[in-house]
Amino acid sequence: MRPFRDALITFRRSPLLSALSVTTIAFSLFAFGLFGLVALNIREALDRLEDRVEIRAFVTDGTTPEQIAQASGDIATYPEVLSAAAVTQEQALARAQQELGDFRDVFEGAALPASIDVKLRAGMRDPATVKRVASRVKAFPFVDDIRYGEEWIEKLYRLRNIAGIAGLALGLSFALVSMIIIGATIRMAVLARAKEISIMRLVGATDAYIRRPFLLEGVAKGIVGGLLALLLTWLSRLLIDRFIIKTVFFDARVIMLGLLFGALIGLLGSAVSVGRHLRRV
Amino acid sequence: MIRFTHVTKTYPRTGTAVQDVTLHVGKGEFIFLTGPSGAGKSTLLKMVYMEERPTTGEVRVSGTSSVTASSREVAKLRRKLGIVFQDFRLLDNRTAEQNIGFALEVTGAPQSVIGPKVARALTQVGLAAKGTSFPRELSGGEQQRVAIARALVNDPFVLIADEPTGNLDDRATRGIFQLLRDINASGTAVIMATHNLELIRRQEFRTVEMNRGMIVFDSDEQLPPARDA
Repeated sequence: MRPFRDALITFRRSPLLSALSVTTIAFSLFAFGLFGLVALNIREALDRLEDRVEIRAFVTDGTTPEQIAQASGDIATYPEVLSAAAVTQEQALARAQQELGDFRDVFEGAALPASIDVKLRAGMRDPATVKRVASRVKAFPFVDDIRYGEEWIEKLYRLRNIAGIAGLALGLSFALVSMIIIGATIRMAVLARAKEISIMRLVGATDAYIRRPFLLEGVAKGIVGGLLALLLTWLSRLLIDRFIIKTVFFDARVIMLGLLFGALIGLLGSAVSVGRHLRRV
Repeated sequence: MIRFTHVTKTYPRTGTAVQDVTLHVGKGEFIFLTGPSGAGKSTLLKMVYMEERPTTGEVRVSGTSSVTASSREVAKLRRKLGIVFQDFRLLDNRTAEQNIGFALEVTGAPQSVIGPKVARALTQVGLAAKGTSFPRELSGGEQQRVAIARALVNDPFVLIADEPTGNLDDRATRGIFQLLRDINASGTAVIMATHNLELIRRQEFRTVEMNRGMIVFDSDEQLPPARDA
């Protein structure tokens, strides 16, 4: 009972600093959340893109269907390869017309090269593997040109890593700042309650008992900050969803982890400070 | 029960406060601790409730040793001690009852136990009717009674009083002293530090006099009073 009531004491004594602590925790987690959301969605996009990762090997005119079939069979035996299909000139044209829909007229009378379309197995679609398989396919003498989403994929991978690192750096900085502010808040609270604390000690309260309300308050601030961050992240996601691009949100497990991390920031900030200042009272 | 063995306390800045003190306080004793300001009385008392630890030597209180006690053990020890000061140390924003109950609350006692114990302690100090008063509504003597009730509510085996009458007029002083004697009569030991020689002269209790950190007279050991020191 009492610790919970006491936990509100610093909130009442220094509302500004307390609000600041909560806000910085919220910013910390918001930074994690926002950049995490970017990373998550790039990951999702990569997964979807990777489903479509194809190496398309265009063959020179005049290659016989037998040669192409032979090569396709060979390629299909590569361990990374899921399937390798021969696409004739006619099929290529039909597919192009279908994909372009209303603009199919563009291809009227055009000739598209025949190709071998190679699909890779799941888990073998990272840039390095794609590149390796592509260069093997290119070794066939009648393969004229190779197309694969090389640059795209590499860029997305890099973007995801940058988003992850930026979020981590920014989030950790804010976490540090919030711990320092929580420390300052606690210092004031401890000093304001110096008399009460000294009486508590005199009548036999243990250090753990005296510390508890301060730690609880730290945890409470962390959780409130976490909820605030969750709200901010969710609102940002809503805006992005509406105006830019459809996105996915964190699952419940990640959200819980975020709130837990907020509580941890609050707890650590309080614990460090309360230990140091109680010794002086 | 309380035993000081060659205890010396030295502060880094102000020097030696207590020097080579050996003292034993038995069950149910009443002791006056006297001597001029700065003689080391308060430091001696602080070592009883282990607010301070000796620089050398050992203090043992009810089985707890100043050499080995953890902060948790010190907390547990203090629940068996009652401590009273010149400046009362009551919380201004709590009533008399709440101030007394505070001492039980922080030990984790359930509410059902706190109520009756507080009422009993208030009656014991003669303030049964003032439980809901705030400290500012009470006289100095009454505030000290609340502080004493808080010290008694855990049924201590010893009451440590550091100049309990220092802020009180004669009438209130006599009242508080009578209260301490009653408490002692019911079996609780009392160690009372005081300047009030008037009070001591009229009593037959054991008197320990300190000066410059040393015990210069102990009526139990018939040391000659060192009045000139």
